[in-house]
Amino acid sequence: MDAKVTIAKRVALELKNGNFVNLGIGLPTMVLKYLSPNLEVFFQTEQGLVGIGPVPDDGMVNPYLVDAGGSYTGAVPGAVSIDSSVSFGLIRGGHLDLSVLGGLEVDEAGHLANWMVPGKMVPGMGGAMDLVTGAKRVIVAMTHTAKGSPKIVKTCTLPLTSVRRVSLIVTDLAVIEPTEKGLVLREVAPGVTKEQVIAATGASLIVSDQLVEMPISE
Amino acid sequence: MQKGITCTKAVEMIPDGATLMIGGFMGSGAPHRLINELVRQGKKDLTVISNDTGLPDYGAVKLLAKHQIKKLHCTHIGMTPETGRQMIAGEMEVELCPQGSFVERIRSGGYGLGGVLTPTGLGTIVAEGKRVIEIDGKEFLLEKPLHADFALIKAFRCDYLGNVEYLLAARNFNQAMAMAADTVIVEAENIVPTGVIPPDMVVTPFVCVDYIIERDGTNGR
Repeated sequence: MDAKVTIAKRVALELKNGNFVNLGIGLPTMVLKYLSPNLEVFFQTEQGLVGIGPVPDDGMVNPYLVDAGGSYTGAVPGAVSIDSSVSFGLIRGGHLDLSVLGGLEVDEAGHLANWMVPGKMVPGMGGAMDLVTGAKRVIVAMTHTAKGSPKIVKTCTLPLTSVRRVSLIVTDLAVIEPTEKGLVLREVAPGVTKEQVIAATGASLIVSDQLVEMPISE
Repeated sequence: MQKGITCTKAVEMIPDGATLMIGGFMGSGAPHRLINELVRQGKKDLTVISNDTGLPDYGAVKLLAKHQIKKLHCTHIGMTPETGRQMIAGEMEVELCPQGSFVERIRSGGYGLGGVLTPTGLGTIVAEGKRVIEIDGKEFLLEKPLHADFALIKAFRCDYLGNVEYLLAARNFNQAMAMAADTVIVEAENIVPTGVIPPDMVVTPFVCVDYIIERDGTNGR
């Protein structure tokens, strides 16, 4: 299975009925494709809409209705237009159930770095710092390695997004939960061994007694 | 109360070196006619306060081609590589701020507040040089107000008095910015007679609005 498909399918299982969710630009947005059709979940675009929906057909889009990446989006019945102040009040004020973001690095303390590589690439933090600080749960959705180098490291070398410990890391190889004691390896991807995960990780992993395979299929 | 003004005359009021708030998010809900006119008149040394610089060739990024921006306050520039290039090359000063703090800084600038206390950014490089204040045992970062000489606002509808209504996700930063500048210029998709927008639908009250950009062409056709 394609690495990003594996991640998106596994993250999709973390969304629960009634959740109010923010999906970051890129890989996290792919999660939409793999949601159970029975699930009632509301998605936020952080500049100011609760309840974004399926993208309409070409020619039916509205330039005032875009997602967090600036792409045209839709709205579901019940959607609410708000300004960015209210939108980030929802994020920081504990009203957002789940934030799914991409990552450049996550370390043993569960700290995420995802907004700049000094001197090289500085997209900016956008809403990421508020999301990681304020959402009830934070899931990092990222490939396990970049060009062969581990993205899960002992200590982040890139500037942090927040000092809040993220709730879960979902990669193409594993599901890892940052805890007070360290990073707990809970699941491996189909066909991946725990030894392969450990070899591809730059931090210590505590292998769970109940280690299982990710419950996803082709 | 006559608030109508041509786009050309509105931009002529803006001097080189002015501080501008520009509404919009990735160009959605951005005042594109005003941005194009700023480019045409070649205004320079601008300090721009805007969430981002739009998308390639769409939005405030157009001000970068001839280096019209001296300093940019923003939160995310990943969609417009030229912005990052000018920042890293030192051709333009860029101050990045978390998006939630950014809008609250603007809001405090317009609401007469001394800033906001937020947990966002604590323990990161965003906190460098800023005061950390403890309230009832919890730490917060002090983010100071932002204020501008001009706010350039994009409305869905605006009536003759200057009452403003927005559409869908395009309210974004426009509402906060319309409170936080000395002179507020509204570029509206539709200008309608006063009274057409029901009072409960008005988001930005007319008292904040100084000028409304007139339609182009003869009688707006």
